Amino acid sequence: MEQLVYKKPDSIRDDYRITFCPGCDHGVAVRLVAEVLDELNVREKTIGIASVGCSVFSYDFFNVDIVEAAHGRSLAVATGVKRSKPDKVVFTYQGDGDLASIGIAETIHAMTRGEKVTAICINNTTYGMTGGQAGPTTLIGQVTTTTTKGRQVDISGYPLKISELLKEVDGTAYVARVTLDSPSAILNAKKCIKKAFEAQIKGIGTGFVEILATCPTNWKMTPQEAHARVRGEMSEVFKPGVYKDKVSEA
Amino acid sequence: MKREKELLKGNYAIARAAVEAGCQSYFAYPITPQSEIGEYLSSAMPENGRAYVAAESEVAAINMVLGAGATGVKAMTSSSSCAVSLMQEGLSFIAGDEIPCVLVSVMRAGPGLGYIYPSQGDYYQTTKGGGNGDYKIVTYAPSSVQECIDLTYKSFYVSQKYRTPVCLLADGMLGQMMEPAVVGEYPYEEIDQSSWALDGAKDREPRHIASIEREQETLRKRVVKIFEKYNKILEKENIFEKYEIEGAKLVITAFGSIARIAKAAVKKARNNGMKVGLFRPILLNPFPEKIVAEIAQKVDGILDIELNCGQMLNDIKASIACAATIPVEFYGRPAGVMMTVEEIYKQIETVYRKIVEKKYGTACI
Repeated sequence: MEQLVYKKPDSIRDDYRITFCPGCDHGVAVRLVAEVLDELNVREKTIGIASVGCSVFSYDFFNVDIVEAAHGRSLAVATGVKRSKPDKVVFTYQGDGDLASIGIAETIHAMTRGEKVTAICINNTTYGMTGGQAGPTTLIGQVTTTTTKGRQVDISGYPLKISELLKEVDGTAYVARVTLDSPSAILNAKKCIKKAFEAQIKGIGTGFVEILATCPTNWKMTPQEAHARVRGEMSEVFKPGVYKDKVSEA
Repeated sequence: MKREKELLKGNYAIARAAVEAGCQSYFAYPITPQSEIGEYLSSAMPENGRAYVAAESEVAAINMVLGAGATGVKAMTSSSSCAVSLMQEGLSFIAGDEIPCVLVSVMRAGPGLGYIYPSQGDYYQTTKGGGNGDYKIVTYAPSSVQECIDLTYKSFYVSQKYRTPVCLLADGMLGQMMEPAVVGEYPYEEIDQSSWALDGAKDREPRHIASIEREQETLRKRVVKIFEKYNKILEKENIFEKYEIEGAKLVITAFGSIARIAKAAVKKARNNGMKVGLFRPILLNPFPEKIVAEIAQKVDGILDIELNCGQMLNDIKASIACAATIPVEFYGRPAGVMMTVEEIYKQIETVYRKIVEKKYGTACI
C-alpha cells in the first residue's frame, strides 16, 4: 500500500513553471508561502502582488490571483487591493532591492498604516535579476558587479537592516528574520510566515518576514557555499530572530 | 428624486460626482489647486463605507489605484501638474494592465513648481504622457462646473467599459470657481467586471494582471488590441462642441476653461459681422483629427487659443496637414495669466483681417 507523504501544495499551480536559478532559495520560500496558504485554507480568497525582480513571474507558480506591481510599489498596490476588498488575504513577495531600496517609502508607510497585508522579503544582498549589482543590503566588503573592490562604506554607506527598521514601525504586528539553510531553519521559517499571515487574518496589522536567501548564481558559489555564507557573514550582520510578535500576544 | 441646482465649486462638484458615480476607492496626496477633492472625499468615502487612504506620495497613490482597479471597483485619484508627473510610471502600468481607473488632473502653471495659477500647460503631459511605451490616457476636458460633474461620470463609464485609465483634465480656474450646477444621477449602465477582476480563485482558474509579457508576438497583439480600443473610444465616446461653424471663415480652436472665454469673444465677433466659429474638443485623447480636418477644408484659417505656449496646436496642425492648406495662427499665454474676452476678441479681429480680408480683398469688419 503506497502512502503519500509529500505533495505539491494546492497553492502551487499544477502546471507550474519555476523561473528561478538552480540552487536558489526562492523555490523553498515560494513553497513555504504556498504551504501556509493551504494550511490556513485561504488560497481561494488570496490575491498576491508580484514584484519586479526574480519573483515577477509569480503567477507562473502561485495558484492564486496575482497582480503585478512596478518596482518598489508592491505594498502600495497591496493597499489598494486590501482597502477595496477587505475580506481577501493579500500578500506581497518582494526582493530586498524592491522592498528596501526603491520601495522603502511604500514599505514604511503601508506598515505605518498597519495595512492588513503580509509582506515576504527575500534578502539576498544583491540585485539578482539584473545580474548581481550592489543593493541596499549588500554587505561591507561584498564584491558585486558595481562594487568590484568590495562595498566600501565611504562610497556606498552601510547595509540596511530591514527587520530592525520595520519592528519600530507601529503598524507592524509581526516582524521576523529567518534563514533557509537547514531543515530546522526551514521549519522555523514556515512558522514565522504563518504568523505573518495570521497577523492580517486576525486584523492586528502588517505581517513581515525577511528571508535571508542565497543567490548562488551572482554570488558565484555552490548552493552549499551559499548557505554557509548565510549562516556566517550574513547572519552576523542580519541577525535572525523574531523582532516583534503581536500575534502571539493577541 | 429631483436634483436641485446648487452653487458649487468645481473641486467639490468633481468629488460629489465621484461619490454619485459609485467610486469605491480613492487615494491621493494633497496639492493645490485640487485639495478640496481629497478633503471632501476623506469624509464622504468612509461615511459611505468606501475606501479613502491619504497616500504617502502620488507615486503610492496611483499604485493604490492600480491595486484597487485590479479588483474591478471604480477607483480614482486626483492631483495636479508636478504631482501628476510622479504618476506617469503608474499610469503606464495601468494602461498596459488594462485596468479601469479615473485620474482627475487639475492643472496649475509650470514648469516645475510654477505656481497655483490656472493653466493648460499639461496638455502634453496628459495626452502625450511621460510614461513609457505605447499607450494613451483617454482624456476629457470640461469647461464648466456642470461639465466637471458630467464628465466625471463619463470618465468612470468609459474607463470601466473599455478597461482603460481615463483623465478628467480640468484646471485651477475650474477647480476653484463656483457656479450653479446640478449633481445629477449617474446616467450610465454599470459594466460587469467579473470576467477579469481579481477576487480570489474560487471555483475557477487563477487570474493574473500584468504588463510584462515574455512572448513577443503576444505582447505585440496586446498593444495593438489596446490601440484598437482607442479607435473605438474615438468612434463611440467622442464629445465636442461646435459653435457657429456653419459658414465660418475663421474657426477658433480651444479646450477647457479658455474655450469659454473664447466663445464669448466669438459671439462678439459674430455680432460685429465677422464669420467666426468655435470648435472645442472635449475628448482630447484620442484626438478628433477627422473632425478638425473636415472643418479645415471649409474655412480660410484657424486660430488656436490655449493657456500655454502651444500644445494642442500641434494636434490641430497634424489633423489638417493632409486635408487643407490654410494658415494656423496661435494665441497663447503661459504661467496662468488668464485672457479676457476683449483680448481674445482683438486677436480674432487681427487674424480675421489678415486671413479673410487678404483673401477676399474686401473690408467686412
